[in-house]
Amino acid sequence: MTSAANFINIGERTNVTGSKRFMRLIKEEQYDTALDVARAQVENGAQVIDINMDEGMLDSEAAMRKFLNLIAGEPDIARVPIMVDSSKWEVIEAGLQCIQGKGMVNSISLKEGEDAFLDKAQACLDYGAAVVVMAFDEEGQADNEDERVRIAQRAYDLLREKLDFPPEDIIFDLNIFAIATGIEEHNNYGVDFIEATRRVRQAMPHVHVSGGLSNVSFSFRGNERVRQAMHSVFLYHAIPAGLDMAIVNAGQLEVYDDIPAELRDACEDVVLNRRDDATERLLELAEQYKGGGKKAESKEDLAWREWEVTDRLEHALVKGIDTYAVDDTEEARQKADKPLEVIEGPLMDGMNVVGDLFGAGKMFLPQVVKSARVMKKAVGHLIPYIEEEKKKSGDASKNNGTIIMATVKGDVHDIGKNIVSVVLQCNNFEVIDLGVMQPMNDILDAAEKHNADVIGLSGLITPSLDEMVNVAAEMQRRKMTTPLLIGGATTSRAHTAVKIDPAYDGAVMWVKDASRSVPVASKMVSKEAREKLVEELREDYDKMRERHAAKRQTKFLTLEDARANRVQLDWADYTPPAPKLPAETAYAKRQPLPHADQDAGDDAVSGLYVLDDFPISELIETIDWTPFFMSWEMKGRYPDILNDPHKGKEARKLFDDAQAMLKQIVDEHWLTARGVVGICPARTADNLDDIEVLSDDRSEVVSVIHQLRQQAEHREGVPNRCLSDFVAPADSGRDDWIGCFAVTTGLGAPELVEQFKQANDDYNAIMVEALADRLAESFAEWLHKHVRTEIWGHVPDEGLSNDELIAEKYQGIRPAPGYPACPEHTGKDTLWDMANVEANTGIQLTESRAMWPGAAVSGWYFSHPESRYFVVGRVAKDQVRDYAERKGWDVETAEKWVGPNLGYEPEA
Amino acid sequence: MEKTLEMIEDVLADKILVIDGAMGTMIQNHGPSEAEYRGARFADWESDLQGNNDLLTLTAPDLIRGIHREYAEAGAQIITTNTFSSTTIAQADYHMEELADELNLEAAKLAREVAEEFETDENPMFVAGVIGPTNRTASISPDVNDPGKRNTSFDELAEAYGAAARALLEGGVDIILMETIFDTLNAKAAIYAVRRLMRERGVTIPLMISGTITDASGRTLSGQTTEAFYNSVAHARPLTMGLNCALGPDALRQYVAEMSRITPCYVHAYPNAGLPNEFGEYDLQPDEMAEHIGEWADSGLLNMAGGCCGSTPAHIGAIAKAVAGKTPRQRPDIKRVMRLSGLEPFAAAGADETDEDVA
Repeated sequence: MTSAANFINIGERTNVTGSKRFMRLIKEEQYDTALDVARAQVENGAQVIDINMDEGMLDSEAAMRKFLNLIAGEPDIARVPIMVDSSKWEVIEAGLQCIQGKGMVNSISLKEGEDAFLDKAQACLDYGAAVVVMAFDEEGQADNEDERVRIAQRAYDLLREKLDFPPEDIIFDLNIFAIATGIEEHNNYGVDFIEATRRVRQAMPHVHVSGGLSNVSFSFRGNERVRQAMHSVFLYHAIPAGLDMAIVNAGQLEVYDDIPAELRDACEDVVLNRRDDATERLLELAEQYKGGGKKAESKEDLAWREWEVTDRLEHALVKGIDTYAVDDTEEARQKADKPLEVIEGPLMDGMNVVGDLFGAGKMFLPQVVKSARVMKKAVGHLIPYIEEEKKKSGDASKNNGTIIMATVKGDVHDIGKNIVSVVLQCNNFEVIDLGVMQPMNDILDAAEKHNADVIGLSGLITPSLDEMVNVAAEMQRRKMTTPLLIGGATTSRAHTAVKIDPAYDGAVMWVKDASRSVPVASKMVSKEAREKLVEELREDYDKMRERHAAKRQTKFLTLEDARANRVQLDWADYTPPAPKLPAETAYAKRQPLPHADQDAGDDAVSGLYVLDDFPISELIETIDWTPFFMSWEMKGRYPDILNDPHKGKEARKLFDDAQAMLKQIVDEHWLTARGVVGICPARTADNLDDIEVLSDDRSEVVSVIHQLRQQAEHREGVPNRCLSDFVAPADSGRDDWIGCFAVTTGLGAPELVEQFKQANDDYNAIMVEALADRLAESFAEWLHKHVRTEIWGHVPDEGLSNDELIAEKYQGIRPAPGYPACPEHTGKDTLWDMANVEANTGIQLTESRAMWPGAAVSGWYFSHPESRYFVVGRVAKDQVRDYAERKGWDVETAEKWVGPNLGYEPEA
Repeated sequence: MEKTLEMIEDVLADKILVIDGAMGTMIQNHGPSEAEYRGARFADWESDLQGNNDLLTLTAPDLIRGIHREYAEAGAQIITTNTFSSTTIAQADYHMEELADELNLEAAKLAREVAEEFETDENPMFVAGVIGPTNRTASISPDVNDPGKRNTSFDELAEAYGAAARALLEGGVDIILMETIFDTLNAKAAIYAVRRLMRERGVTIPLMISGTITDASGRTLSGQTTEAFYNSVAHARPLTMGLNCALGPDALRQYVAEMSRITPCYVHAYPNAGLPNEFGEYDLQPDEMAEHIGEWADSGLLNMAGGCCGSTPAHIGAIAKAVAGKTPRQRPDIKRVMRLSGLEPFAAAGADETDEDVA
């Protein structure tokens, strides 16, 4: 969103000529506090900030560069445009070279003639800046109405005609001078300015008029109350005339209507030059208002200062506020048993929050860097205490460990690595940063030389992935054991598991981002913790490797052989359970399926059950909470996670919020749950891979459910599965059935999410979605049980606990199209037709067959006790051809839909 | 034949122009060895040269020429030079600062040569001289402990960019393309240099300015929103404004739509072919990518389109097909008001009452 303004407040406090305090801060190089001055201006409503370093004792050019470079790292200041203010052109140019935004130049004028004026204006065009033009020429400064207009017109014509300068980027400073000085010639200055402003705005389309407001009240120095009243009155009359920006103290503008009437009238008399004795009268009145200025009220919200110290530290880290970092750290240290606990506790927690926000795109780089700075200050305060603690405990080591950091050969990206380095340093690691494009031998030599505890490799471009593998292999060859950390944008846990880890026997760990680097590095340096971590990793990595191998394994059976190796169930000794199909259950009445005999009545062997506005309160108890925490990037098993020493507190907060919202969802009927179940006669087709849906009398095939079969070569005794294997084939002589279902708890969710987002409440927007998703899963689980125990009724008395249900210990499966056992998404088309899903539940399919609303689950029901979930995995071309033929597609279409499961490269 | 601004605008009035695709991806697919990068001329160079893709212009010109040809065959009408890192600053990594001028000159000639091969009356071809961002940032500190520090300066960048632009023009480019802008201050230095170059030569060089939204925050690496970025570079009076790299078309769309809404310039976009997967490969297939770009064209967002990282001639071919015959974006009338920016955009609203007097 662009902020637009009819009147632009330009903050004046960051001007050494106007603020003694700011001058002192710059002279003493207290840049942190000087930045606070700038920040306060923005917080108080300055839409642009004026920066001026014109002071004889200063190297103005250097100070301008330094301060603007520092501002660039402060997003809450840098969000507004900068006005670069100096009487020296070199200082202005220095400033323009340091701002990435489009700012304003204050100022240029015709004082030194037309050539110099145009040269500078040209430079403003080249740098991309709007320009303030002073009403000043070779003859001097314009001090009456006509002179102001004349000079402005001259400058305007030159800029437009010689340079095609955009008129909207021209701002005339028409000289606000002091009034009520006691000198008679000054009395009409206010009126002259206002009238000149009116004429300039009329004569010169699109231009702006500005002025330094505090000049007008110069003669009342020391009487802030009167000065503020004069400023307000002046603006009140000048703005309608066309003054549309001014350099002001943004926190100190008195509201015109709040000025006491007698003071307001007296100010108006001087500004508008309404009576000869106006100055005397205001002087007299001013005595009464001495010492009573409206203090600049800081709008900074300090409520958070009342919080618990741990939360304050986190807040300061997330917001990048370092003002209180040391005090708060000290308070936390006094409360902690050991100083190190402050780092490992609140500070690390804060950094984790920062990491999450960064990952979610809610913070960007400069903010993260600021957070690291707060961290550093806090840690800096703790280090002496930690040292002392170590002396006491006799621990001789002076830091947490030594880490070699490098961007690998061929890669020049290092911003992320630098951040990781700082964050690690914040945590008392000694970081030796080798820089970019580091050949492996240099990295490994350095590691050996410094006896490094950990080596960190970074890279952004894709070939760096291979180089990291090379480094790992070289470490192996050198028989090193130093743990290896991997990070950078294209790296991943999967790549680390599949490619890097196998190359090296030592520990290899992928680090998602800077804020995660510390816990990992800490574990890596301790042998005990490392071994534990490696153990945990091994399982993880094995899984990843398996998954990857499954993807890439290319040894396939022919489709014919795969079918021959199918699951061969013993149909001779097994009778598939005939569905009970009660006329009604507690939640739904039976009705005929769209394709079935509409008048079968009690004799029906198929049926459809619609659950409309199902009570969501029924679904809360069976929610599987572990994935809920995962969706908030809090990994851990529920309910253990609630008592986790690190994230337990946050997990509980989240869980409490979730419970509160669930209550609202139920009480206020925020969401509507609907579902449908269909069950009908079916058999496996002669081709072995399709499931034919039959008419009630089994004489006709009314629909065909196409399935894919595992085709990778399996070891002896392991079948090549296909879901069709779990349904009785025609030649078995057995009657069998298949079920289908679709449920949603997301009706109403998209609207709620939108509402929350409108209210800038992303937390609750995400919460709604996360909960709706869990409710949908819970509904699917609930419905499956309802089907097993009542509708199909093949397991009438099940008696499983919720945990056992979640562990899927029941009989029968409910695989979903698009998931591993039936990965091809168009299976949903068949399902939607069979049970008329859209009309019955409101769940729509997108063109890629995603369900909308997203909080929805659909799938097939298989009743056979030996039916099980499996992964189809990659398939070969003969199967894709066969599948295309069965689907009535061309091969290209089949390859598109089977895409992720293709075991070969399709022809382009 | 080298083109004037008017000739380019003539073509843009009628159609959506297709920009070529990734050079780096194609080079990577060929996988030149260290020796190939070096060629005979740099066999004894002191540092590793593998990865210096721009150097291949000199050491493997046939490879680069072949890639240009493949893109032209696929339907690209804008050939971009192999000069992403051909500045003195970026080449310093390889100690090849001295070669920057030659790299730009020869790359421009190569691209020109291929453009001429494919040029017909019905198929005008354009050469865009690429100016990359360099590996330095003018408004971000290289040292988080010292946020005021910089490892380059405006002057240094302006000099490097100015030299690159000069050599590209020498080599016959029609357009200067400033791409993958992640720090707007770098781009401002390039604009500064090119504007001065234009005045010195008394010519108008059509500019394409292309920012990069780096992540889900919707901002450039240096923290600007799309509109703030546009406000910061609008003084270049570019021929086209747009976005490239970092994101796939699905994630980039909203920012392209934003750019289309705010700028009176022509709009270009060349996203990545999706995001790199866990193995650094780009997964988005030509037809998938073309479907996105086709929809952007249908929605009236585009005047030029192409592909960035991960795109191949197949992608460009599919994109060319997807935009063929579609009406290009109509440039909106944007109200004349002062538009400034910090990290966020800011507009004055004061000029309203005189709007009808616009000269």
